[in-house]
Amino acid sequence: MQTVLAFVVGGLYAASLYMMLRRSITKLIIGLALLGHAANLLILTAGRLVPGQPPLIPSTSEATRLEPPYADPLPQALILTAIVIGFGVQAFALVLIRRTYETVGTDDLDEMRSTDRA
Amino acid sequence: MRVLLVLPILVPLVTTVALLLAWGRRGLHRRISLAGAIALLAAAVGLLVSVWRHGILATQMGGWPAPFGITLVADLFGAIMVVLGGLMGLAVIVYSLASIDRGRERFGYHPLLHGLLMGVCGAFLTGDIFNLYVWFEVMLISSFVLLALGGEQAQLEGSIKYVALNLLSSALFLSAVGILYGTAGTLNMADLSQRLSAADRPTLVTAMAMLFLVAFGIKAAVFPLFFWLPASYHTPPVAVSAIFAGLLTKVGVYALIRVFTLLFVQDPAFTHNLILLIAGFTMVTGVLGAAVQGELRRILSFHIVSQIGYMVMGLGLLTVAGLAGSIFYIIHHIIVKTNLFLVSGVVHRLGGSYQLSELGGLYRVRAWLAVLFLIPALSLAGIPPLSGFWAKLMLIRAGLESGRGTIVAVALGVSLLTLYSMTKIWAEVFWKAPPGKQSEPAPRKPAAHERLRPRDRLLLYGPVAALATLTVLIGLWAAPVFALAERAAEQLTHPAGYIAAVLAERP
Repeated sequence: MQTVLAFVVGGLYAASLYMMLRRSITKLIIGLALLGHAANLLILTAGRLVPGQPPLIPSTSEATRLEPPYADPLPQALILTAIVIGFGVQAFALVLIRRTYETVGTDDLDEMRSTDRA
Repeated sequence: MRVLLVLPILVPLVTTVALLLAWGRRGLHRRISLAGAIALLAAAVGLLVSVWRHGILATQMGGWPAPFGITLVADLFGAIMVVLGGLMGLAVIVYSLASIDRGRERFGYHPLLHGLLMGVCGAFLTGDIFNLYVWFEVMLISSFVLLALGGEQAQLEGSIKYVALNLLSSALFLSAVGILYGTAGTLNMADLSQRLSAADRPTLVTAMAMLFLVAFGIKAAVFPLFFWLPASYHTPPVAVSAIFAGLLTKVGVYALIRVFTLLFVQDPAFTHNLILLIAGFTMVTGVLGAAVQGELRRILSFHIVSQIGYMVMGLGLLTVAGLAGSIFYIIHHIIVKTNLFLVSGVVHRLGGSYQLSELGGLYRVRAWLAVLFLIPALSLAGIPPLSGFWAKLMLIRAGLESGRGTIVAVALGVSLLTLYSMTKIWAEVFWKAPPGKQSEPAPRKPAAHERLRPRDRLLLYGPVAALATLTVLIGLWAAPVFALAERAAEQLTHPAGYIAAVLAERP
C-alpha cells in the first residue's frame, strides 16, 4: 500500500508542477490544488500506514499504555488542518483569477507583464 | 509573565474581531485600528523587557505538556522581531490614516492589516513547526487580500504571481513538515532539535533541510527564488508595500535562521556553505536589478532582495558574531526599508509619479523631505554614523574572523552599488530640475500638497520622521542594540537553553 501511495504522491507532484508551468491561469490554479493534495497524501504516507490498529486501549485490557504498532492520529489532524487552510486559499485564488481575467482580458500569463517592465 | 507571550497574538486578534463587528463605520474603524496598534507595540515591548530580564519564556497552550501540545516560546530574537512587528504596524497604520482611500477602508483594509500582524507575531512566537505553517498561512491570506484589495490591473497581475509562488512555497513547507514528522515523530522544535542531532540517517535530514531552505527561501526572496517580489511589491498602495517590505520577507528570514540554528546544524559544511553562496548571489542580483530600474518603488523592491543577502550571510557564517550581525541587520533593515517606502509615498503625493524621469526638483520645494529621504537612504548604503554602517561593520568583521574573504568582498562591493542606487534616486527625484519646465522657478504640482489638511500632513510625515530618528538613534547609541543582538545570537548558537526552557516548562 505504501508503495502505491508513494507513486500516487509522486505522480500528483509531477502533474501539479506541469500544470503550474502552463500559461493559462486556470491551469495554474488546478496545479496549486493538486500540489495541496500531493502534500496531504505525503504526510499521510510519511506518518506510517497502519491499517486496523486504532490508537485505543480496549476497556477489557489491563495495559496502561499503548503498544505499537498503532495508527498515529496526528498526521490525520495535520491533514485536516491543511485541507481547511487549502480550501480557503483556493477559494480566494479562484476569485482572484476570475477578477484578473475580467480586468486584464486574458488568461495568458505571458501577457501579464505590465508589472515586470523596468 | 505567561500572559505576555500570548498578548502579541491576542491583541491583534481582538482588534480584528472588534473591527469586523464595527464593519462599515469608518471613523470607529480608524480609532480601533490605531488603538490596537498601540496596544500591540506596548505588549511587544513588555515581552522584550521580560525576556531580557528573565531569559527565554515558554508556555504550553491548552495545558498539554511539551512536546505534545503547542508551545509558545519567546527567546530574545523572537521578542525583538515581535517588537519590530509592532513598531512597523503602528507606523504604517498612522501613515495609512492619511493615505488609504475610503473604498479600501470600507472593504476591510484595517482588519486585514491586523490579521497580517497577528500572523507575523504568531510566526515569531511559536515553538511548533506545524503551528509555524499555520501562522504563515494566516499571514499569507491577509497579505493576498491586502495586495489585491482595490482591484487595479497592476495589483491583480502582481497578485497572481505572488499568490502562485507563495502557495508553492507553502506546499513545499507542508511536505517538509510531513517528512520531518515521519522521520522524527515530533513537531515541537525543541524536541526536534534533540532528536535530529541523534538521527541515524544524515542524508534524509539534509534532504529535509534543503526542502525547508527552498520553502523559506521563496518567502524570504533569496536568489534564485525572488522573482515574485519585484513583480508584486510595487503594485499596492504604498502603505501596504511598506508593511510588506518591512515584515513579510523578514518572517522568511526569521524562519530560515530558526530552523538552521535549531534543527539543521548536523552538516554545516554543506548546508551553511550553500546558504553563504546563496547570500552572495542574492546581494549581487538584487543590487544589479535595482541599478537598471527607473521606478522608485521597483528600485526599493530590488534592494529588499539585495539586503536579504546580508541577513542570510550572518546565518551562513554560523558564528555568534555572524548571527549578531544578522540580527542587527534585520533590526536596521526593517526600520529603514519601511521608512523608504513611506517616503516614496510622500514623493508620489508631491510629484504625482513614481517614475524617476517624471520627477525632479523636490529639494527646492521640500528641503526637509529630502533630508528625511537621505537619512534612511544613506543608512541603507551603510554610511557612518547611521544604523546601516554598524550592521555592515558587524557582518564584515564576522566574515573576516571566519576567514570568508570572498563574501566580505562581495558585501563591500554591493554596498557601494547600493550607494550608487541611492544617489541616483537623490539626483533624479530631489536634485535635478523638474522635467519639461526648466524655465519655471518652482514646479506646479506641489500645489496639490498645499491643500493637504495639516492633520493629514502630520499623519504622513510623523511616521517618516519617527523612523528616521530611530535610525539615527540606533546609529549614535549602537552599543545597547549591539549588546541585545549579541545576546540574542548567543541564545541561537547555544540551543540548549531554548530546549530546556521549552521541555522543562510544565503547566
